[in-house]
Amino acid sequence: MPDILIFLVLMLLGYGFGTWAESRHYKSIHERETKLRKLPVIMLKHPLPQPGRLVKVQLAAGNVVISVDYFKRFLASLRNIFGGRVVSYESLVDRARREATLRMKESCPDATQIINVRLETSSISKSSKKGSIGSIEVFAYGTALTYK
Amino acid sequence: MLITNIESVPGRQIVKHHGIVSGSTVRAKHVGRDIMAGLKNVFGGELKGYTELLTESREEAIQRMMAQAKQMGANAILNVRFSTSSVAAGAAELYVYGTAVTVQ
Repeated sequence: MPDILIFLVLMLLGYGFGTWAESRHYKSIHERETKLRKLPVIMLKHPLPQPGRLVKVQLAAGNVVISVDYFKRFLASLRNIFGGRVVSYESLVDRARREATLRMKESCPDATQIINVRLETSSISKSSKKGSIGSIEVFAYGTALTYK
Repeated sequence: MLITNIESVPGRQIVKHHGIVSGSTVRAKHVGRDIMAGLKNVFGGELKGYTELLTESREEAIQRMMAQAKQMGANAILNVRFSTSSVAAGAAELYVYGTAVTVQ
């Protein structure tokens, strides 16, 4: 009986705080994305034609580790039985990628463009259970060019 | 030291190649961070301790790579790539490699 109680409390805490944290995070992502829209991030190896003289070349990088909450992890484990889209993890990786890209942009605010951007994802799971995602790390890096 | 992940430094000419340089570091997190991470696994959200740890580790790997390139007499590292692998539970290896060159 106490086991079920603990489980229910964890589920409720996970659902409450998790939903709140996620909506807050998405709000901050939207705000910062609008603010940084003028800095293009491209995957091409050659810079876009740009007026002015190139003054600075540097490596831009940003990373983030995000964890999924207890409630969503439970939902995902249910999905493992029936198969199909695991929506709760989709929003997790989406948030992580966008956040890492934003941090990369923020690391060089004076840049004109960031080229050859790569995104690298790795899962950091510390539980010994097989196939559990737990938390993921996304690392974004590219070459920032500054024109004057 | 110029570091880029493209095959050239825009606006500069490569005059000499020095070959591959790399840096790596294996890091583990301390217990305090682990406990915080355990809590965050219930609530969800960013694990700031881990983010910082990985940033620091990558920084260190880059420093090591730069030291190696400096020893060769290079002034730029091109085509830099990062890779992450977990060595054991709770420890991660961060590896960074690139080509050391001299540019004008």
